[in-house]
Amino acid sequence: MSNEPVLSRRGLFMKLGILFNGVVATTLGVPIVRFLLSSVTLSRQNAYISWVPLGHVSEFPAGETRLATFRNPFVTPTDGKTADSACWVRRIEGEQFQVFAVNCAHLGCPVRWFPQSGLFMCPCHGGAYYRDGSRASGPPERGLFEYPIKVADGVVTIRAGELPTPAANAALDRERPPCA
Amino acid sequence: MRVIASIAGWVDHRLQLAAPIRDAVEHPVPRNTASWWYVFGSAALVIFCLQLATGILLAMVYVPSADEAWHSLQALNHQVVLGWFVRALHGWGSNFMVAIVLIHMAQVFLFGAYKYPRELTWIVGVFLLLTTLGMAFTGQIMRFDQDAYWGLGIGASIASRVPLAGPTIVKLMLGGPIIAGATLSRFFTLHVFVVPGALILLVCLHVLMVLKLGINEWPMPGRLVRRATYERDYHELTQIDGAPFVPYAVWKDLFFAAFMLLAVASCAWWFGPFGPSGQPDPTIIQTVPKPDYFFLWLYALLSLLPPSLETPALIIGPVVAIAALLLLPFLSGEGEKSWKRRPIAVLTVMLTAMTLATFTHLAGDAPWSPHMNAWSGDPVPAHLLRDTTALQRQGALVFQVKQCRNCHSLGDTGAERGPRLDRVAVRLTQDQLIRQVIQGGGNMPAYGKNLSPAETTALVAFLGTLHPPGQTPAREAARDIVLGSGADPHASATK
Repeated sequence: MSNEPVLSRRGLFMKLGILFNGVVATTLGVPIVRFLLSSVTLSRQNAYISWVPLGHVSEFPAGETRLATFRNPFVTPTDGKTADSACWVRRIEGEQFQVFAVNCAHLGCPVRWFPQSGLFMCPCHGGAYYRDGSRASGPPERGLFEYPIKVADGVVTIRAGELPTPAANAALDRERPPCA
Repeated sequence: MRVIASIAGWVDHRLQLAAPIRDAVEHPVPRNTASWWYVFGSAALVIFCLQLATGILLAMVYVPSADEAWHSLQALNHQVVLGWFVRALHGWGSNFMVAIVLIHMAQVFLFGAYKYPRELTWIVGVFLLLTTLGMAFTGQIMRFDQDAYWGLGIGASIASRVPLAGPTIVKLMLGGPIIAGATLSRFFTLHVFVVPGALILLVCLHVLMVLKLGINEWPMPGRLVRRATYERDYHELTQIDGAPFVPYAVWKDLFFAAFMLLAVASCAWWFGPFGPSGQPDPTIIQTVPKPDYFFLWLYALLSLLPPSLETPALIIGPVVAIAALLLLPFLSGEGEKSWKRRPIAVLTVMLTAMTLATFTHLAGDAPWSPHMNAWSGDPVPAHLLRDTTALQRQGALVFQVKQCRNCHSLGDTGAERGPRLDRVAVRLTQDQLIRQVIQGGGNMPAYGKNLSPAETTALVAFLGTLHPPGQTPAREAARDIVLGSGADPHASATK
């Protein structure tokens, strides 16, 4: 045989070896990628969000806006205090409520309520909102994020669990009935 | 001595590194590169080594758990012997490293060192800048306090604006539904494994290329870079007018690096560690989060951009900036190196430096932020209340109680979110004041629903007194004609 074979025996084995490694790496890659995407998967399955009680209706005087705190429904052992959240509860009258996220709709800094002027003000970039959460002035392009609310057996409950950002809130907005 | 030499000989017979190391340290460099302008790269490397060493020391005490990180920082500050000093070294080291890397980059740009054949060295350098800034941002999160917590919230808000992928990026960034234990764990992983790993790899590549391609010669006006001849010319230069890097040029690097280390240590000793500030408890909302100094310019930019431009600027801006930096050596890979004949390059550096410095300076005062306690904390200057009527004083009270002061200053106190009101009566007539207060506009909320008619009357009466003594307040001419002069309450308020 004068001509060299196009593919030698050792060359074939090397290529098979590379292929074998490729198959194994892909097989291993699937669980690794799924591990990395855990938080995305759980969020898509709505595992993070549930109804959270804020307190009895009587704790929120009519016509006033009060800060309420709640423990996030999804907690890991090392969360400590970071699993606590705050929200602004406005009782309009009777069982009519509005619950706002403390996170400014601009970039998420905590807004504070000033009952005297009826405004929420953000300390970071100067966003301001009216008592009903609608945008008053400053850089935010929208009103405050609102949680869906349910009042059952005299307890105010909100549907919460994810950090309110424009993206996360879009999902909640879809859930809210149009009249609320 | 002979024993040491024989041991060294035995080791090197197996390792075979002595010869390449000798070649590297003794490689000839152009004599004119032994300049104080060429010391920033090595200084950045030395500070990085300091960061590695102090980082390892801190990791021996720090606990990357959302529940305990803040307490472990307190232990470092107050219990561990000199724990505060090691934290301060690491914190000040990061500030110095960002600054030196930026200066190094500006110097390399002005000296045309990114041109042929050092394009890849520049590109690796761009990634080194990004990893350095990545270390700075993730490092700020390691100081798990209120600023770190809300800083993460701001990061998540920015990420969530990315079209389509926003929610996914936020979840990946936080590692869960909220900023909590998983978030700190993954930023710890980034800060101590992923980013430093990439940084070490990139530094090795960067230094290797400097050794292989040679240090950029001092740029002479008129000596143009041409692909065909550059390498031959450079080689000739090192032969005719070259000197071994060690010891000819290295002593300046050594002195500058030591001086920088001393500067870091002095700052650490005098000024101490950074924070931590308050506990990362999301239910404590009485906080005014601010980023560390290297991101203050961004804080300013986000406040000053028109809202409609924010999202495009946040998402497209970084992509354009990084692409421009990466493409630079391909767009101007040849030609003039000297800054003396590259006015646009000099202007670019000056403009960038001035923009960053101005934004950073502005962010120090943050005039766009309301002062949340001004309404209850800052007194109305006494001279504004002298010789005023009961109604006008009532108006001053309304002004404070309705938090107007949180955005407007009187005298020199109060916030600067809105215009200063010391001379407002000269600018606006009574009717314009009423309209502005009730309807808002021009970035001011409408107060119509939160002021009774009596309060509005009092407030406007007070605002009507705010004009310099010699200047008459603005008047509506039509009103004078209809009601006769003197009918304007502004006039009765004239002092």
